[in-house]
Amino acid sequence: MAERIATEIAIIGGGLAGCSTALHLRQRNVPVVLLERAACGSQASGVNYGGVRQQGRTLVELPIARRSRALWGRMAELVGSDCEFMATGHLKLARNETEMDVLETYAREAAGWGLELQLLGRNALRDRFPWAGDKVIGGSFCTDDGQANPRLVTPAFARRARALGADIREHTTVTAVERGSDGFRIETAAGLEVRARIVVNVAGAWGHEIAAQFGEHVPEEPISPNMCVTEPLPYFLTPNLGVVGADLYMRQIPRGNVIFGGGRGVNDAKAQRARPLPESALASFQRALEVAPNLRGAHIIRFWTGIEGYMPDELPILDRSATTPGLIHAFGFSGHGFQLGPAVGAIVTEMALDGAPSTPIEPFRIGRFASAPSKS
Amino acid sequence: MVAERLPPVIVGAGPAGTRAAETLVHAGLRPIVIDEAPSNGGQIYRRQPSGFTRPGKALYGFEASRAAALFGAFDRLAGSIDHRPNTLVWSIRPGSIGAGLMHLVSSERANALPFDQVIFATGATDRVIPLPGWTLPGVFTLGGAQVALKYQGCAIGQRTAFVGTGPLLYLVAYQYAKAGAKVAAVLDTAPLSAKLRALPGLSANAQATARGLYYLFWLRSRGVPVQLGIHPLAIEGRDGVTAIAWRDPHGGSHATPCDAVAMGYGLRSETQLADLAEVPFAWDALHRQWLPTRDAAGRTPVAGIYLAGDGGGALGADAAELAGERVALALLQDRGAADNGRSHADRIAAINRRLDRYLRFRRGLERAFPFPAHLAGDLADETLLCRCEGITAGEVRRAVREFGAHEINRAKAFSRVGMGRCQGRMCGPAAAEIVAGALGVPIEQAGRLRAQAPVKPLPMAAVLDDAAASARHG
Ligand SMILES: Cc1cc2nc3c(=O)[nH]c(=O)nc-3n(C[C@H](O)[C@H](O)[C@H](O)COP(=O)(O)OP(=O)(O)OC[C@H]3O[C@@H](n4cnc5c(N)ncnc54)[C@H](O)[C@@H]3O)c2cc1C
Repeated sequence: MAERIATEIAIIGGGLAGCSTALHLRQRNVPVVLLERAACGSQASGVNYGGVRQQGRTLVELPIARRSRALWGRMAELVGSDCEFMATGHLKLARNETEMDVLETYAREAAGWGLELQLLGRNALRDRFPWAGDKVIGGSFCTDDGQANPRLVTPAFARRARALGADIREHTTVTAVERGSDGFRIETAAGLEVRARIVVNVAGAWGHEIAAQFGEHVPEEPISPNMCVTEPLPYFLTPNLGVVGADLYMRQIPRGNVIFGGGRGVNDAKAQRARPLPESALASFQRALEVAPNLRGAHIIRFWTGIEGYMPDELPILDRSATTPGLIHAFGFSGHGFQLGPAVGAIVTEMALDGAPSTPIEPFRIGRFASAPSKS
Repeated sequence: MVAERLPPVIVGAGPAGTRAAETLVHAGLRPIVIDEAPSNGGQIYRRQPSGFTRPGKALYGFEASRAAALFGAFDRLAGSIDHRPNTLVWSIRPGSIGAGLMHLVSSERANALPFDQVIFATGATDRVIPLPGWTLPGVFTLGGAQVALKYQGCAIGQRTAFVGTGPLLYLVAYQYAKAGAKVAAVLDTAPLSAKLRALPGLSANAQATARGLYYLFWLRSRGVPVQLGIHPLAIEGRDGVTAIAWRDPHGGSHATPCDAVAMGYGLRSETQLADLAEVPFAWDALHRQWLPTRDAAGRTPVAGIYLAGDGGGALGADAAELAGERVALALLQDRGAADNGRSHADRIAAINRRLDRYLRFRRGLERAFPFPAHLAGDLADETLLCRCEGITAGEVRRAVREFGAHEINRAKAFSRVGMGRCQGRMCGPAAAEIVAGALGVPIEQAGRLRAQAPVKPLPMAAVLDDAAASARHG
């Protein structure tokens, strides 16, 4: 016979946003069931680049990013493992004057949001980072940023949430959600039926599918950032690296492998499949060699990619449903959700239990596309 | 206007690839033949560099005439094929709509090659079971030891011990002894009883069986210790190999002094390209490996993708030659280029009968030289399993038991096993046994390591040679 459970809050999606939500809810002893189609952290949250950066985020996103950064610093206490998080700093490079202007403007504006950045000219940058190629003319350094191992983070949140009593169901696909007079009823492919007072839609690149079941149509697009990793090399690159224009991001782990991304792969989001593209990879090799010429001679041992939900304005949806009371949306993190994930769980918990969250979420309303439909 | 078809592509110029190319050329096509090596021959008949002049008999023993025939066949194709030696196919995507695309690299030039039919004749490499000390300098796979001898004309040590199981164990030991190298011992994990039980199946290839027995008696008659039913314990030494420790079937411990070890437990098909081409895989109990699905002719369910030879289950070189011809005939048929139907039908039936015999023989071999899966499953926690990433057997068990990995890719995500340079081609089979053991499930439920491009390390200096690609196909 099909299993039925009743709970207070049901979470759809076991990515970092979902698992962090489960953990934060359990810290407050709220009954919670999390439903994940595959394994927790097997989509974007587990295969991303591993960048934990605030620098360069759209300014309105900085309050969430700041809050999340504080949680990253307490990872071991929070989930029982530091998940290889290291506050190595994030260095954003300029390759021409226009790019340097962008960095200067951003540094000025971000200071108003509490994010301190150090601007480095050509010589100062070379003194500190002697590997930088001739093309690099300057940069902006955020001491506070860093990197972590995405393969470990979400499963660690899930394990801790489970240890605190969350009912986490992996390999359980939600097929339908509806709201009746007595709350939500969720059907799954596995036959399990869940009833809940509140539903949290953290289904990542598939968040729009759940939203659509409640008449909320959002222009979320599945995008696959192309990733490469080299064989282990002598450790030379401490900070997490980016460039203006974001066509290259690169970091090295102490084991020696250099991980970098740039360009896009392809995906079939409906089938949950994605492939890196060799053409994108080859182009990113050239950009990586420009900023770090000492990589010439290195070999790439693997490409990969994942599926990430992008919004036209590259800001997530973090809001209550405009049509259905008790439904909370948090998806479409547009390439930023790994850093944001820990705080998203804390914020969604406040939205579910306290009314207003302590971090402003006004810019992330679900209705913002209805009045100004996207061009694409 | 009739759209011109792209020439068929063959990846791998070993026995299967060579015969496939020959068959396609006879049908009037001009296939592209790609191989990482500078010339044809594959692993078994690897040709020595030009300037080396050792006679074929010394290099290939009983197989000398087969090797000579294969080289002759390939050399006669010169001018009729588009041969691309020293070239690695590092990525492929199937042509779900329109032509598929393959990515090649040769020194530092990358090329994109559109295709609509491709035969993977990518062969196999040794199946390895780690043991303490297996990463010491001086430890090679059987295949590696054989390449050193055939290609470079040198032995891997002064006194080499051979450990593992399978026909290659005896063949390579024999080749070493024959070349004048000292063989310290041949240590076979398969017991004598297994070999006796296997005899009926082995009769499917009496000649090969006779050859195997000949190697065994030849080695013994020269005073080489050949031990059956052993349990390898460790390779000893600090900076290099000094001995191999093993236990006999009665429980006695031994240490055989040696300065090099060659090991292998049968073969493991190279299947990454088929994986990237999205060919579905199925568990194959005989090869104890996930293999790309294909019909008897070597057609996969993905249009335009074909398999031949050891790359689709290791049956050996002679079978690979037949499979190469067979798959080429299937490709021609699918291309609508096999109109002289009757003769092909006869030929196909004859090949099928012979391939059937090789399959029976292969089953016999598996009984004679059973894969000692328990050796992998029982590896001590502290033994290094994945040498690229430096991961021990215990770390993989921990990924399962403490972190809840429910299959091997998840264990890879948690522990990094199989994530390094070789992408698990070395440690994968043993890692799967360990995951299965830790989960307490049959091996086929431990899952299959997924392949990712590039199938082998790709130089970052590689530049896409657009001009060359468009000139050839524009
Ligand atoms: C290659 C790549 C690189 C990236 N790099 C970075 C980076 O460096 N820094 C950064 O901050 N961000 C990065 N990101 C973005 C970041 O990974 C994501 O924003 C974040 O992980 C999103 O988390 P999530 O929980 O919303 O989504 P996901 O991790 O995708 O989780 C959503 C989950 O919902 C499940 N699901 C969907 N539908 C259903 C259903 N019907 N029933 C049950 N379950 C369902 C899915 O299986 C999935 O596990 C990157 C993303 C990718 C793909």
